[in-house]
Amino acid sequence: MTTTLQPAIGPEAPSKKRSLKRFERYSPIAATVVLLIVMLAFGGIRYDNFLSGQALLDLFNKNSYLFVLAIGMTFVILTGGIDLSVGAVMAMGTVIAAQLLSKGWSPALVIPVVLVISTVLGLLVGLMIDKFKIQPFIATLAAMFLARGLSLMITDRQIAITDTFFQKMNLTHINLWETTTNTRRGVRVSDVYTTWSVVIALLILVIAFVVLHYTRFGRTVYAIGGGESSANLMGLAVARTKISVYAISGLCSGLAGILYSFYTASGDPIVGVGYELNAIAAVVIGGTLLAGGAGYVLGSVLGVITLSVIYAYKDFDGGLNTGWTRVMIGALVLLFIVLQRVLVARRK
Amino acid sequence: MLSNTQSYADSPDGTGDRPVATPIVEMSGISISFPGVKALQNVAFRLFPGEVHSLMGENGAGKSTLIKALTGVYTIDSGSIRVAGNDVLFSGPGEAQNAGIATVYQEVNLVTNLTVAENIMLGREPRRFGMIDWRAMRKHSRKVLADLNLDIDPGSLLESHSIAVQQLVAIARAVDINAQVLVLDEPTSSLDAREVGELFTIIRKIRDSGVAILFVSHFLDQVYEISDRLTVLRNGELVSEHLVHDLPRIDLISKMIGKDLAALDELEEGTKREATERVSGGAFLHAEGVGKTGSIKPYDLEIHPGEVVGLAGLLGSGRTELARLLYGADKNDSGAITIKGEPVKLRSPRIALDNKIAFASEDRKAEGLIGDLTVRANIVLAMQSERGWLRQIPRKQQDELAEKYIKALDIRPTNPEALVRNLSGGNQQKVLLARWLITEPKLLILDEPTRGIDIGAKAQIQKLVASLSDEGMAVVYISAELEEVLRLSHRIGIMRDRVKIAEIVNQGVTVNDIMETIAAEAGQPA
Ligand SMILES: Nc1ncnc2c1ncn2[C@@H]1O[C@H](COP(=O)(O)OP(=O)(O)OP(=O)(O)O)[C@@H](O)[C@H]1O
Ligand SMILES: [Mg+2]
Repeated sequence: MTTTLQPAIGPEAPSKKRSLKRFERYSPIAATVVLLIVMLAFGGIRYDNFLSGQALLDLFNKNSYLFVLAIGMTFVILTGGIDLSVGAVMAMGTVIAAQLLSKGWSPALVIPVVLVISTVLGLLVGLMIDKFKIQPFIATLAAMFLARGLSLMITDRQIAITDTFFQKMNLTHINLWETTTNTRRGVRVSDVYTTWSVVIALLILVIAFVVLHYTRFGRTVYAIGGGESSANLMGLAVARTKISVYAISGLCSGLAGILYSFYTASGDPIVGVGYELNAIAAVVIGGTLLAGGAGYVLGSVLGVITLSVIYAYKDFDGGLNTGWTRVMIGALVLLFIVLQRVLVARRK
Repeated sequence: MLSNTQSYADSPDGTGDRPVATPIVEMSGISISFPGVKALQNVAFRLFPGEVHSLMGENGAGKSTLIKALTGVYTIDSGSIRVAGNDVLFSGPGEAQNAGIATVYQEVNLVTNLTVAENIMLGREPRRFGMIDWRAMRKHSRKVLADLNLDIDPGSLLESHSIAVQQLVAIARAVDINAQVLVLDEPTSSLDAREVGELFTIIRKIRDSGVAILFVSHFLDQVYEISDRLTVLRNGELVSEHLVHDLPRIDLISKMIGKDLAALDELEEGTKREATERVSGGAFLHAEGVGKTGSIKPYDLEIHPGEVVGLAGLLGSGRTELARLLYGADKNDSGAITIKGEPVKLRSPRIALDNKIAFASEDRKAEGLIGDLTVRANIVLAMQSERGWLRQIPRKQQDELAEKYIKALDIRPTNPEALVRNLSGGNQQKVLLARWLITEPKLLILDEPTRGIDIGAKAQIQKLVASLSDEGMAVVYISAELEEVLRLSHRIGIMRDRVKIAEIVNQGVTVNDIMETIAAEAGQPA
C-alpha cells in the first residue's frame, strides 16, 4: 500500500565545516570583543592616560554593582524573561542596610538580611509569573514600584553609613602594583589598585558561569529560553527554574545594593533609577538574545565594561554630558539587536 | 466509572485471548474535554510489557490527547490511571518520566538552541563532583546516536539539522532514558524507509527486553509490521482493542473511519488518472537550465496548466531544492524561468505569489502556522498578504472561504473560530494546505502534503488535487510515497543526488519502474 524510497544519507557535512559551525555561536561575543577593543583604542588615542593601568581598573572599580546586576539579569533574559525591578531592589538594599546600621545592627547581620529580603522579593515575583501566568514585564514592573515605594517609606533622604566595616570596604584599596607617572612636579610613584567590591563581583561571575554551564539547573535555564513547552515536555523542572531565576536576580540586586553602599557609604532611596535598563543594555551588548536561549554571562560582563568605557569617555572629556552617554548606549544596543537578527537569519 | 474488564467485554470486538501478564499501564474511564470539544470520552487503554501497541484513529480521534493524559500534560476530568499496579496522577511530564514513561510527543519536543548531545541528555546529564561532565556527555550521546546509525556531531546545534534528524534525536533521547514504557507519537512522520528500518530494529530489541511500547502512525504498513496489538479510537471514544493478526486492514480502516471501506475506495477510484496529454495552449511555467550551485544541478522543467508533475527521489535527492527555485525561496544562479512565455526573475516567495505560484511545505512549524490565531485567520493569511494589509478581506468573505475549505479538507473541529494550536497535528497540516489553495494559484507546489494525515483525509486531499488540476491548475507534487505520486501525476521527474535524472510520462508506470530507474542510474559512475 505504501512504498517509500530507500534514502542514502551520508554524514551531514564534511568535518571541517563542522568545526567552523561550532564556533559560529560565539560570533556575537566576538563582535563585542572587537567593539570593546576599538572603543578602548579610540579612547587611548584621544585622551591621555585613558589606557593607564588605573584607568582600566577603574572601569571595574566604579561599576562593580552594575556587574552584579547584569549577571543576575543574564539568568532572567536567558529564560526569555525580563526583570525591570533590579534598580529599585538595589536601592531598597542600600536603604535597608543604612537604616539597620544606623540602628546599631551588626554588619554581619545586616548583609544577610538585605540579601534574604531581596531574594524573597524575587521569589515572589517568580511565583507570580509562573503560577498566575503574569507577563514578566508586568510582574517585575509592579515589583519595581513596590521596592521603590518601600525604600521611600523607610526614608525619603540619603542616610550616611558610619559603620566601620562599611567604611573599610569603602576606603580599602587592594594595591596591585606600583606605577610611576611624570607630573610637573616631578616623578610620582603611586599604587594601582582595585577594591573588594570588584573581587566580590568577579567571584559572583565565576559562580554564575559554573552554575550556567556545569549544572542541570543552568542548562534548564537555556532550555526554557529555547522553548518553554518543549522543555516542559522533556520533563525538565520548568516551573522551579523559572521561579529561581527571578530569585537569583533579586539576590544579585540585593548584593548590588550592598556593593553600592560600600561604594558611596550611604543608603539612598532614589539611587539606581534606570539601572535596570543599563543592565539589560549590557546583557544585549554582550550578545545574549532578548528572546532567550542564547548568550553567555561572560558576554554580559563585556557588555558592562563597554558601558563603563562610555562613562569613562564622559569622565575624561568635559565636553560630553549624560545625554551623550545615553545616546551612545542606545545606538550600541540597536546595533547589537540588528546584528543578532542578521546572525539568526543567516543560520536559518 | 467503568472498570477495566467491563470496558473490554463491552467493546464489540473484544479479543478472546487475554494475555496472562499484568498490564504495566492501565487507563480506564478516561474523559477529557476542552472548551467546546470532548476530546476523550470514557476511554480505556492498557499496555503490556514486551508488546508494541499501536493507537489508531483518524486525525483528531484523540490519540495524542490520550498520551498526554497518561503523562500528565493534561489533567483528566475523570477516570483512573494505573502504572505498574499503582494508581497515579502525574502532575507533568517530568513526573511521568521519573515513573518510567519516556515519551516522544508528536510536536517534536526538543530545544533547537542547544546541542544534539544536550537534547539527548538534558535533565540526565552525567556529573562528576556535582558538575556536568561534558566529555562523558558527548561520548555517551555519540554512542546513542550510533545505535540509531546516525552519523552526526553531538556537539553541533540541533537547529542545524533537518526535521528528520531532529525526530531521530528525540527518539534517541526517549530510548536512552531506559524506561519501562516508551511512547512514540508519530515518530516516523518525517523519516524515510531506511531510518524507519533502523527505528524498528531498535523497537524490537527493546520490546524483547520487556519494555512496553505505545506507537502511533498513519502508515498502515508500519503499523502492521511492528505492532502486536491495536487499540482503535474514533471521535474521542474507544472503538475496540485487537491483536494485530486478528484484524485485517480493511476492518481496521472501517473501524477507524466508522463507515465501510467502500466509501474510501470510491474516493481513491476518483483519483486514478489517465496520463492524458495536456500540452495544448503552451506551458504555464518553463524552466531551462535552472540550477543553484551547491543545491541542485541545472534542470529543465515544463509545467502545463492542468498538469500534475510528480517528483520522486530519495531523501536528500534534491526534490525540495528543485521546488525552492520555482517559488523564489532560493535564487537560481544559472538558467532562466519563463511564465506564460514571459521571462521572470523569481527572487522571493512574494514575487512567486504575485505570479500565482504557491508553495505548501511539510514543515508546519517553520512555515508559520500561527497557533494563537483562529483557523479562519490562518486560512486567509496568505490571501490577505497577497492583497496587501490595507485591503482587508471582508469578514463575510473570510467566513465563506473558511467554511468552504474546512468542508473541502474535512478539517475538524469544523469551527472556524477554533485556535490552531488546539487542533490535532493532522488537522493543522490541512489548515496550512487550505491557506495556499485559497490564493487560487495557477501553479501549486506541494511538498509532502499528506504527511501526518490519516488515510481518509489523504484520499480526500488527493481527490482535491486531482479536481483542481482538472479545473486547470498546474501542480508540482512531491512525496516520498510513490503510490501517491503515481496515482496523481501526469508526468514524473526522477531525482537522484541533486540531479534530475529522468522524466517519464505516467503511462503504465509502476512503483518498480521508478525504483529501477533510480537504482540503474545510481549504478553508473557519475
Ligand atoms: N489543548 C487543546 N484545546 C482544545 N482542543 C484540543 C486541545 N488539544 C486537542 N484538542 C482537540 O482534541 C481532539 C483530539 O486531538 P488529538 O490531538 O488527540 O488528535 P490525534 O488523534 O492525535 O490526531 P492526529 O492524528 O491529527 O495527530 C481534536 O479535536 C483537537 O482539536
Ligand atoms: Mg496526534
